Amino acid sequence: MPIVQAFYNKKQKSHIYFIRHSQVELAYKQAVSKEKGGGDKVNGAKVTTNQTDALLDVGLRSKEPKLEEKINIRKKRMKKILRNWELYLFLLPTVAYFIIFAYVPMYGVQIAFKDFIPTNGIWGSEWVGFKHFTHFFESYYFWDLIKNTLGISVYEMIIGFPLPILLALSINEAKDGLFKRTVQTVTYAPHFISVVVMAGMIIAFLSPSTGMINHVLVFFGLEPIAFLSDPKWFKTVYVFSGVWQGTGWGTIIYLAALAGVDQQLHEAAIVDGASRLQRIWHINIPALVPTMVILFILNMGSILGVSFEKILLLQNSLNMDSSNVIATFVYKAGLLDAQYSFAAAVGLFNSVISAILLVVVNQIARKKSETSLW
Amino acid sequence: MSTVIKDTKADKVFKILNYSFLFFAFIIVLYPLIYIISASVSNPSEVSSGKMWLFPKGVTWEGYKLILQNDLIWKGYLNTIFYTVLGTMVNLLFTIPAAYALSRKDLAGRNLFMGLFVFTMFFSGGLIPSYLLIKNLGMIDTIWAMIIPGACSVWNLIVTRVFFQVSIPKELEEAAAIDGCTNMKLFVRIILPLSTPIIAVMALFYGVGHWNSYFDALIYLSNKDLYPLQLVLREILVVQSMTAEMAGNGMSSSVAEAAHHKAELAAIIKYGVMIVSTLPIIIVYPFLQRFFVKGVMIGSVKG
Repeated sequence: MPIVQAFYNKKQKSHIYFIRHSQVELAYKQAVSKEKGGGDKVNGAKVTTNQTDALLDVGLRSKEPKLEEKINIRKKRMKKILRNWELYLFLLPTVAYFIIFAYVPMYGVQIAFKDFIPTNGIWGSEWVGFKHFTHFFESYYFWDLIKNTLGISVYEMIIGFPLPILLALSINEAKDGLFKRTVQTVTYAPHFISVVVMAGMIIAFLSPSTGMINHVLVFFGLEPIAFLSDPKWFKTVYVFSGVWQGTGWGTIIYLAALAGVDQQLHEAAIVDGASRLQRIWHINIPALVPTMVILFILNMGSILGVSFEKILLLQNSLNMDSSNVIATFVYKAGLLDAQYSFAAAVGLFNSVISAILLVVVNQIARKKSETSLW
Repeated sequence: MSTVIKDTKADKVFKILNYSFLFFAFIIVLYPLIYIISASVSNPSEVSSGKMWLFPKGVTWEGYKLILQNDLIWKGYLNTIFYTVLGTMVNLLFTIPAAYALSRKDLAGRNLFMGLFVFTMFFSGGLIPSYLLIKNLGMIDTIWAMIIPGACSVWNLIVTRVFFQVSIPKELEEAAAIDGCTNMKLFVRIILPLSTPIIAVMALFYGVGHWNSYFDALIYLSNKDLYPLQLVLREILVVQSMTAEMAGNGMSSSVAEAAHHKAELAAIIKYGVMIVSTLPIIIVYPFLQRFFVKGVMIGSVKG
């Protein structure tokens, strides 16, 4: 505390210094700081702006303080930057990383509009305009890719989005204790299983002859199903394996929001005779809405970017009809067949649509619910 | 909470239903995990015929023996440990100092930097330009392809920044500044010792990420000596199984051939490698669960 006091004293001193230094500047600074500090106060905003203007007028009329002010502000800013030069050093590697590994590829995406020849480099290859895009739009697999990508995403969202909310509400209603802790620990665990092991589990469990699931089906007198070689089943397999793996982990963020609910609300509701279901509906669920909105927006942004690592592992020539999505197509066309420009064009199409979706949904969310990403 | 006012009948019914639902979810998640453990030590024919359904039957350690003898798995394991340790260290180096700098309100231009980072979350050049970049940098088939391209995740950067903003009091920095402490000293002597929780969380997030990733290795590595464990697993669990599944007989890959000669043992090895590859995470998970959860929670505070 004394140290903090010392800091304020120092601040005070500098104010005094300013007073000696230049009356106008002090007045100007105070006005600015008022505007900054109190600017968001409903009534204060307009007044302070006017004050600033007035003071600036005063400033303009006196000798030539405007230039001096400017220099002073710039000097102060430089001082601020110089004093923190080490912080910029902290940032340097990270900034360099993002420029090289995120922005250089964005620059490199121009090969989508070129006929990229590796020996000529990105710059030396010839421009071809939208050739690769039209080629993609007119190809026979275009609509299949869109249908599969959207199909899997929407299916995943319909099943996978509400389940963590439901489970979180349910966990929240359980009494603290061993059972609750065990349920949480076990349901979180699959999150840490790698995609490859997950794919291996799916393949092993769904095998028509030896798989666990088919043994169950046979036990109940049903025909075994070849889940992975039947296009009809692919999306279901993908979505439900994702639900198994991700639902528990997905509850954490909702449980955090539920922990923030004011218990007095519940107490008041109990006194008023609200049942548990009513309390969940009128207190807990509204408390989750902001989180839901944010996650929903983020999901919409990645609706064309289905987590294709799993799809790639589960894909085979028999289920291709429903497992061929944009991302796996880009991988195959670009890296296996080396059609760099074409694949980059398809990938760019994907990124642009995703970015647009994100912005649009965010805009809608901001208007409708006052919760948004930015 | 509701001790004073008794539960109504509807509340009691709700409670029963709620606990049943939780129990159901619990079993659904737990059963496959137990099944894998049991299957990995059971007689393969009992597993494939469906007689083994919960507890191991005809216990045998044959599968684990074969896995331990397999050079590719060993090599993959060592590679993965190497990539995980080195990769995580690089991740921390790129994340923690930058996040601290961004958490400082007196850093001129912090919004500019933040914008630069956040933008990459929502838009990217895509797979192909990134691949070409790595290729042009000459990182294909080197260990750097496993370390550098994922050196920093924006999400983790934001989470770390939020941690610093919330848990490091501003007065501390001001006081240090008055005492003539440089930012570097402040960071090393004061901030780092105070931020062990976030360092642990980040190390765990990044570490698990490295341990489980396969896609970077798939596209950037062709030299089998550099293969991480997940890529070896892919051959055993996916490639070989898929081809066997589809062709009906053993069109097995070289890895699988090296791993086993009898077709029947293929299954037991599969369950075994699932366990072996996830083992480090299984061991640390119960102790570190709260750290993981903490990480997600910090992230949920909007930064």
